[in-house]
Amino acid sequence: MRIALFATCLADTMFPQAAQATVSILERLGHEVVFPQGQACCGQMHANTGYFKQAAAIVENHVKTFEPVLDGEWDAVVVPSGSCAGAARHEQRLVAEHVGDAALVKRVDALSKYTYDISEFLIDVLGLEDVGAYFPHTVTYHPTCHSMRVAHVGDRPYRLLRAVEGLTLIELPDEKVCCGFGGTFSIKNSDTSTAMVADKAANVMSTGAEVLCTGDYSCLMNIGGALSRVNSGVRVMHLAEILASTKEAPFEGHASFQPSKDQVRL
Amino acid sequence: MTQTFLGMPAASPEEQPHTGGWRTNVEVPQDTLRWGHTFPEGAHKTLANTQMRRNLGHATRTIRNKRQLRVDEMPDWEDLREAAEAVKFEVASRLPELLEQFEANVTANGGIVHWARDAAEANRIVADIIKSKGVDDVVKVKSMATQETNLNEYLADEGITAHETDLAEMIVQLADDMPSHIVVPAIHRNRSEVRGIFLDRMGDAPEDLSDKPEELAGAARAHLRKKFLHAKVAVSGTNMGIAETGTVSIFESEGNGRMCLTLPDTLITLMGIEKLVPRYQDAEIFTQLLPRSATGERMNPYTSMWTGVTPGDGPQEFHLILMDNGRTKVLTDPIGRQALACIRCGSCMNICPVYQHTGGHAYGSVYPGPIGSILTPQLTQGLDDDDPVHTLPFASSLCGACAEVCPVKIDIPTILIHLRARSVDVKRRLVPDMWDVAMNVTAPVMSNGKAWLAATEGVKATRLIGKDGRIGALPFPASLWTRSRDLPIAPKESLRHWWKRTHPEGITPSRTATDAVDAAQPDVTEENR
Repeated sequence: MRIALFATCLADTMFPQAAQATVSILERLGHEVVFPQGQACCGQMHANTGYFKQAAAIVENHVKTFEPVLDGEWDAVVVPSGSCAGAARHEQRLVAEHVGDAALVKRVDALSKYTYDISEFLIDVLGLEDVGAYFPHTVTYHPTCHSMRVAHVGDRPYRLLRAVEGLTLIELPDEKVCCGFGGTFSIKNSDTSTAMVADKAANVMSTGAEVLCTGDYSCLMNIGGALSRVNSGVRVMHLAEILASTKEAPFEGHASFQPSKDQVRL
Repeated sequence: MTQTFLGMPAASPEEQPHTGGWRTNVEVPQDTLRWGHTFPEGAHKTLANTQMRRNLGHATRTIRNKRQLRVDEMPDWEDLREAAEAVKFEVASRLPELLEQFEANVTANGGIVHWARDAAEANRIVADIIKSKGVDDVVKVKSMATQETNLNEYLADEGITAHETDLAEMIVQLADDMPSHIVVPAIHRNRSEVRGIFLDRMGDAPEDLSDKPEELAGAARAHLRKKFLHAKVAVSGTNMGIAETGTVSIFESEGNGRMCLTLPDTLITLMGIEKLVPRYQDAEIFTQLLPRSATGERMNPYTSMWTGVTPGDGPQEFHLILMDNGRTKVLTDPIGRQALACIRCGSCMNICPVYQHTGGHAYGSVYPGPIGSILTPQLTQGLDDDDPVHTLPFASSLCGACAEVCPVKIDIPTILIHLRARSVDVKRRLVPDMWDVAMNVTAPVMSNGKAWLAATEGVKATRLIGKDGRIGALPFPASLWTRSRDLPIAPKESLRHWWKRTHPEGITPSRTATDAVDAAQPDVTEENR
């Protein structure tokens, strides 16, 4: 298949490892990946902060960039973020409706049908649970709120993780409780957000897992930031990074919150 | 809820013995929907209250687990939710005619219907009825509508004492406190605090009172029984009015409601105009949804329904006040008006991690939690950025847990975003604030691939200030992040640059799958060494 990668603004700049890993998995499985250069952001941050007019321009650009998928240029748009996949299905429509752009509503709806979070694409489109990954570590998984409740990725990430050779999955207590990120919520309500992420970090540490995994780097940035502040020793990784690892080639993207010069290898 | 007569200062909390270490940290506000502080200010204060947070964490977890248990045993739960949503949609669509039908049926059955445009009018009507009966003392069933109008305070100023008879509401009233939850008003208190409040404030509490729930309930029962038997007038809210029959109902757990609704000669019920259902049979849906959602019970112990008056049985005079107080304004917003479907079960509060940490008082309204965050700004129309109320739609991480448990399927996160947009739309500042600047500057960049590429070059600057791969401190406003969380430094190479380097043709080179991995992997590793 020919797959267009939507890297997301956060992965493009801060966490390229999520997108690199996504490319790596898809190519390993024999697919062609394309990176449409016009892409930037899905508009979720602006929409969720109430700046719909500004978000509309971002949504317009996103739709324009990925619309060729409708003409058969590519088979699908894949994104390493349940949150941005959710935005493509929900927030983008809200934005288009709010600014009264009926044509944009239609285009958003059409495009969203071709947009998949990486876990959905692997399971629903490619029909795979075992993607041939090898990752001999203890992992605990936080199902991010937007993945669960907006994108509805369900148990797909768990199914993929369970099929990884060597991986020990440890259940995270209160897994479904929000980590307190919420985009600009973490700044606007910094005190509350801090209290929430403190709970999440404590739960992660209670598992004793080496790695905290999610399908969204936004939440990982929040929880990882709290885990790093207390020198917890827990590494944060995107689901795709784990799935990209094989016996022959362990995935070693840029490790966030880690000493950069003398990078610690798992 | 001070009961001091004019000219007599209330005893300051410091003069109380504070048995059990209880404190009241809020003042009874003038406007119960708008206490005057923003959510971040309120949360800053309540987050420091460790005792409250422990109480709240324990209580919400208990209720939410019970709720889940009772929901899981219902095979048709989702059908019930959909039915409830449909009924409430019908109510919003046909409200004027349903209200007229309701009024006609209540009147036909011997009830007296009053209409109140706002809280002040509602309070005046209640006070006038009480005075016409020549009493200065009434009993009350817990009611959110009378909380909303600050009725107890108003009556106190008129020389009338209103005795709350719901156990939790009585605890709040005795402590000169404000409720922290719509179903469990004293959720922020633990039992040793309740014991302290009883010993300090309830004149007839036994001196050897322990903090055992049975003993506390026993003390309250003895205290309240006298009030029930002497009351000539009772004031209630209602969970549901039925247009088809003119029936009004109360769902409660302690029996205090049943006492208030049957013993006094006169019953005054204050009802928000949205609490209607069209048909008697619709009650079937809500009698299943409400107790399971609110307290995790299959059925609440007492469900009282009455239709007008019945000679020789129960109150012989029944007044129903139908109150607007901002509701018709909510109705004009096609997205926001879903909030009027709320049946006040509180399950959104019990599941909300924001509420669980901050408690109800942080929200600065008698309607706290997720539903309060969408209801309060609409009832007050307080979305201007100078109004502290406008911070409520932002008091959520949009995690969506509230919508998942709402028995009437109110899409709270979507309404929160909608109200945020309305709030941004009504900003009247001449000088843009930090958020206007941030959003206006980033939008053009994020809506153009080339501009984005240029702008992201700047992210590398974080490498200059980061130490050991992470950033521990940044100036305001980024300090709001870094005071509690590290920020990773950006990698040397953005994804876009990596792509150009590894995919010079713009797409995956047509090689075997294994080759592709080999081509991609070493470069990434090399870069980060």
